[in-house]
Order: sequence, then structure tokens, then C-alpha cells
Amino acid sequence: MAVIKVTGETFENEVVKSTVPVLIDFYADWCGPCKMLRHTVDAIAEERSDIKVVSINVDDESDLAEQFEIFSIPCLVIMKDGKEANRTVGLQSKDSILSLL
Amino acid sequence: MTYDIIIVGAGPAGLTAAIYARRASKSVLVLEAKAYGGQIINTPDIENYPVEAHISGFEFATKLYEQTVALGAEIKLEKVTEVKDGEAAKTVVTTKGEYTCRAVILATGSENRKLGVDGEDALVGRGISYCATCDGAFYRKKTVAVVGGGNTALEDALYLADLAEKVYLIHRRDSFRGEDATVERLKAKGNVEFVLNSNVTKLNAGKRLESVEVTDKAGDVKTLVVNGLFVAVGRIPENQNFAQLIDLDGAGYAVSGEDCITKLPWIFVAGDNRTKNVRQLVTATADGAVAATAAVKYLNEQA
Repeated sequence: MAVIKVTGETFENEVVKSTVPVLIDFYADWCGPCKMLRHTVDAIAEERSDIKVVSINVDDESDLAEQFEIFSIPCLVIMKDGKEANRTVGLQSKDSILSLL
Repeated sequence: MTYDIIIVGAGPAGLTAAIYARRASKSVLVLEAKAYGGQIINTPDIENYPVEAHISGFEFATKLYEQTVALGAEIKLEKVTEVKDGEAAKTVVTTKGEYTCRAVILATGSENRKLGVDGEDALVGRGISYCATCDGAFYRKKTVAVVGGGNTALEDALYLADLAEKVYLIHRRDSFRGEDATVERLKAKGNVEFVLNSNVTKLNAGKRLESVEVTDKAGDVKTLVVNGLFVAVGRIPENQNFAQLIDLDGAGYAVSGEDCITKLPWIFVAGDNRTKNVRQLVTATADGAVAATAAVKYLNEQA
């Protein structure tokens, strides 16, 4: 599956109510490392049908960024049953991301 | 198959080495731990690379990557843990497997040096950052501190001064290694306070960083209430896994001259992880060319 772009409006349905774990990619268009990490996030979304992968633009969705207390990007947050289960900041290898799931 | 050359690191030095090696018709595998591009992807705007007056680090890295792949270099995202000598072939061990080759170019670059204060790792993303241009925007109208005395620290402080309400610049000496012109620009800013002859000795945090404790040379302790701390205390070359094979200097840099050769005839070094005076994008790509050319010459002499 492709990465789903989530907004404040769709967050509840796509993330909180998801029945499968959700990997959230918090990013910004001006952030180089975010763009690099996105290649890896895309690959994970393609390979793993058992999870949902979404992205949140911290500039457009500042309320969500604030709610998650995002102060460094790229930041990946893993949600399970609507709650944060894990997070990681900065560039990561695919394996280290998968190990968080 | 046994590759002619395995390149460790897909930053500007490693990818340029791959270009030169491919153009000399050598088979090339590039191994990279995280993502291609290296440190330059953190730079929003490169203004000192010949020909392009402005290019983002991401765009530079992407173009370089595409050029390298188009020339037939293989790139795999695997972290190299060991390089082993051998009679017939050399072995490069990664977290996923082993590859053999006849020559190795180490273009591993460097990583951020940490402050080394308790609690630092847990606060990354919760107030501690190593990249002002990545994270500065989250500290608009807030109070931040930058720690360090080199150009990166000075430039970070300058960048943050335009966003944050107040910036403390903490440095362990009373003078800076970085450029005087940048220091003067910082002094002209109304919201930058210099905290000199001081070290960060404690991080106070709840869920997030709340304040930092600094201790000056006289032993006086003071607490600075900050929302963020940007660490710019230098970089560490990523040569730890190769210390058994090649000579490293006291700071961990691979000992080499501008010829990019090492004490072993089949290992070459390129870019920020070797001893050199100028660590810039243009010197990294230059190293890539020099190291690859030397490796090709070595291989041709063996044949």
C-alpha cells in the first residue's frame, strides 16, 4: 500500500481507530533527511500489508505536531490500539524501523 | 561474484568514487548504513559548490545517486561491520551478509559528537537536537541554547537567532574556533547571549528538556531555562570498525594524505573520515575521484 497523507480531520479514523499498527512519518517539505527517510518509509509501506503507514506534514498540521510534541524531524511514531508505542528521531535504517514495529 | 571495488559509504565521496570506478569499467558495490547522500542532506542550500549557485543538499544527493546508479554501480543499504584481508579476495562483512572484492574504499564520513551528559540520548527529539536547520522551526519564539565553538555552532546560533526569542551560545573557551565574521554578526543580534568558559554539566528534564546547568571555569554553576539545546561540538569519524586494519590518528581519523592511500595497498580512504585540513563538499568529491583512480591503478597493476 502507498503511504496515506493524514490531516487533523482524518487522524481519528485513519490512526486512532486503526485495527492494525500505524507507522506515522512526521515530516516537512524543507527537511532533507525527511525526504531521504521517505524512501525507506515508502518501501516499508509497500512490503508490509499488516500495518498502515501514514505521513503528517508538521507545517500543515501543527496541531497534530503539537499534540505529539514533535520537536525534531524526521520523527517516526508507532501507534498501537490508538496509543503511542514507540518513536524514533532522525535517519534510521529499514531494519531498525522494522524492529520497532 | 567478487567485485573489483567495494565502497563503504554513499555520501558525496563514496558516490563520486563509484562514478570514477565505473567509468574505468570496474565492478562496484556501494554499501551504506542509512541513506545515500551523507551529511550534505542536512544542508538546505549549498552555495559553494562550483557551477550550481544554489542547490539543496537533498537535490544534490539525489542527482549524484542517480548519476552513480545510471553508470552501473550497485548500491545496497547495509551497515558494514568488518573488512577482512585475504589472499585471493578481501571480505566485507555487513549486518546482512558478506561480499568479496579486490579493493576497498572507505568513505564513511562522520557522525555527530555527543555532549556526553547524562540523559542526552533520551532527550533527542524532546529538546535536544544536533541539526538546527532541521529542528529550528519548532523553537519559534522560544528560548534555546547552542553549545559549541566552531563554525557549525556559530552558524546554528545565527540561524536560530532569527527564529527563537533568545539564544544562549555556550562554549567552553572564551574565544571561538569559528569565523570572526560570524561572531561579529552574532554580537550584533540583540537576542544572543554568550555563555563562555562554560560547560553543560546537567540536563534537567521532565517529559521534555526544561533547563540546562552550566558550570564555568571558576566552578560557578548556573541554570539556563531553555526549551531546546542544539549540540554542535564537532563530529566523530566513523572508522571504529577498521581500526585493526589502518592507522587512525588520536581523534580517530584515518591517516592519509591527499593521495587517499593507507598503509594497506588495497584500502583507500575518501572524504571526511580521513585526516585533512578542509572538510567541504568539494574536497569530499575530489577525494572520491582520487581514491577511485588510485584503486583502479592498484587493480590494473595486480592484473
